[in-house]
Amino acid sequence: MSSNFGSMPLRYRITIDREQCMECGRCVENCPYGVFRWDGNRILINSRNCTACHRCLTYCPRDAIMLQEHPCDYRSHPVWTRAVRESIYNQSRTGKIILAGMGSVANLPIIFDHLMLDACQVTTPPTDPLREPVELRTYLGKKPSKLDFTQKPNGDVELSTELTPNLMLETPIMLGHMSYGALSLNAHVAMARAAKETGTYMGTGEGGLHPGLYPYQDRMIVQVASGRFGVNVDYLERGAAIELKLGQGAKPGIGGHLPGEKVSADVSRTRMIPQGSDAISPAPHHDIYGIEDLPQLVNSVKEATERKKPIFAKIAAVNNNAENVAAVARSGVDAIAIDGFRGGTGAAPRVFRDHVGIPIEVAIATADQELRKQGLRNEVSLIACGSIRESTDVIKAIALGADAVYIGTAALVAMGCRVCGNCYQGLCPWGIATQRPDLVARLDPDVASKQIANLIHAWTLEITELMGAAGINSIESLRGNRDRLRGYMLDEGLLEILDVKSVGA
Amino acid sequence: MAKQVTIDAKGVHYTPLNQQIRKAIEDGADEIVVNNVLGQRFIGNGLRGNATIRVNGVAGGDLAMFMSGPTVIVDGNAEHAPGNTMDSGKVVIHGSAGDAVAHSMRGGKIFVRGDIGYRGGIHMKQYETQRPILVVGGSAQTFLGEYMAGGLLLVLGLDGAMKAREIGSGIHGGEIVIRGDVDEACLAAGAKKLPLTDEDRARIAPVIREFAADFGLDAEPLVKANYTRIVPASARPFAGKYTWE
Repeated sequence: MSSNFGSMPLRYRITIDREQCMECGRCVENCPYGVFRWDGNRILINSRNCTACHRCLTYCPRDAIMLQEHPCDYRSHPVWTRAVRESIYNQSRTGKIILAGMGSVANLPIIFDHLMLDACQVTTPPTDPLREPVELRTYLGKKPSKLDFTQKPNGDVELSTELTPNLMLETPIMLGHMSYGALSLNAHVAMARAAKETGTYMGTGEGGLHPGLYPYQDRMIVQVASGRFGVNVDYLERGAAIELKLGQGAKPGIGGHLPGEKVSADVSRTRMIPQGSDAISPAPHHDIYGIEDLPQLVNSVKEATERKKPIFAKIAAVNNNAENVAAVARSGVDAIAIDGFRGGTGAAPRVFRDHVGIPIEVAIATADQELRKQGLRNEVSLIACGSIRESTDVIKAIALGADAVYIGTAALVAMGCRVCGNCYQGLCPWGIATQRPDLVARLDPDVASKQIANLIHAWTLEITELMGAAGINSIESLRGNRDRLRGYMLDEGLLEILDVKSVGA
Repeated sequence: MAKQVTIDAKGVHYTPLNQQIRKAIEDGADEIVVNNVLGQRFIGNGLRGNATIRVNGVAGGDLAMFMSGPTVIVDGNAEHAPGNTMDSGKVVIHGSAGDAVAHSMRGGKIFVRGDIGYRGGIHMKQYETQRPILVVGGSAQTFLGEYMAGGLLLVLGLDGAMKAREIGSGIHGGEIVIRGDVDEACLAAGAKKLPLTDEDRARIAPVIREFAADFGLDAEPLVKANYTRIVPASARPFAGKYTWE
């Protein structure tokens, strides 16, 4: 479309140190965005196509390539920032809603970074995890509010309470729902193998289950979202658990759609829709128009699978989070995943990604408090998700009341993702968020799964050390244990909401 | 010889009732007659095979959800969303049905002799040989065929005027065929009207005949009747709405 803006300032500039460059052409081969091309025996650069994915830098044997972000300054202005101006240029040219990849870029304070962990000193002794076990095994699902026993004539006692199915995790870190279609098969296989190796679970996202993942089906949480893509009774039966996706932190209140270009032959088979057609997931589940309808869907899925599997529900963290969580808990689900406003996405409208929702720290804390207040905490497990970046986020989320976490972007980064945010282009040079066969082949599932497993293992070790230092030898004693947190530079109102004391208190 | 099992649903909660039906199928029943049904939900849910389940009474919500193969015949009305996310098989309802009939249905047939509620056929979708069919004898309510992505939705209007407005809102696949003319004002954004061609008529004729046979109707006048065909204006209704950062 024509406009009077001309060329916009470059977002990134790529330069080649010509003294170092040996014209091997690896940059030309590796860049799917067309930044590099041959002109005779010289490599030309088009920086305008660059996404800062770092693939060229990684494969340059001479470290000859350099990338600079925002090489051209705008006049600095605290109100009319670069992002604001560029959005106006974009929308005045196109007249459309701006979509963006990956999670929020809003420069807002991160509460996790203002929560400090506790450790033991002289009044109570720390636990040495090398010597004493620190138990991280986690069970997700309903716990009975009381246990009944019957005594047999010979005096033996037997449990007579009927227990409902739970998932057993060796570590409270799961791999969150990112669909096949948004991600490549190799990325999914890598995550599934890592989940198996580390004794945890992964989410399928709303994309069905590719036959290549059947060997790992007992490690998969199959998702049922509003588009019902890839959902049939076979799919439900294969999963270890079933998750009803009711919302997503990156775009609360709206649906999503996988553009037709990403619906390859294989993706079309698992989603059960024609190749090349848009896969549109509506904003609501159209069989849930009110809170009374949710128990119907939950029980329908339970009936279809003979009540043998835990049912999860995932919601986005919004203003009335506590009420939402309590309502979902009363619908009969076994676990609730809450996705905070910094949660990732393949694509979301920028205004939603950066402006809608509340932080996961607050959402988990208020959910845990509300469930305890209503006597429902044992009815559901809570899963925190949406920008869990490191082991300390995991431990803080659990201390605020979560049972476990989902990681998404962190797992992608463990496979090589540079968080360039161009997932929607379908050209991921790391073979993660693409369906182009030559790019998918770049991701070796053996190597990638090892990297994810290493990350989970490393975080698990760190959590063990941190718990040991705090004298906590089991994850149950950490859950909702806000006394082991202190707020640093958080305001009084927020401390009250989190139910956390200030540092020094 | 066909094996028949009769179950009395009077006062039975849906979970034990569905367990009895499932058990009967596992034990090799060809026909299961369920009497005194009074709103029990999830009948036929997730069942496989080719048994016939006769429901005498009013079926509750999500009848035959995720069902893959069996035939369910309801001598009465059905509540919310019969045939929800159904895979294959057939549901025949002699009365009327509630909202979101055939929600996200991906294969098989649903025949409703009476009326259906709002959002009928919402997000029905097809893949290769799997093509869902919903036929309504009476009328349908507003938002008929919303988000429809595939399959055939046929409304015969046997009992008077068609009530649906906002037909085919967000439709991006499949076809809605309605007996008689449909006012342009009743179509939602993204849907367009086309005349029914001879080829179209030849394609829907067997469906009309099967429907008529199931309900003891005279098929030929219906086969020859005047129909309006409603299809997507675009396979990508939202393509023009977005730009990239």
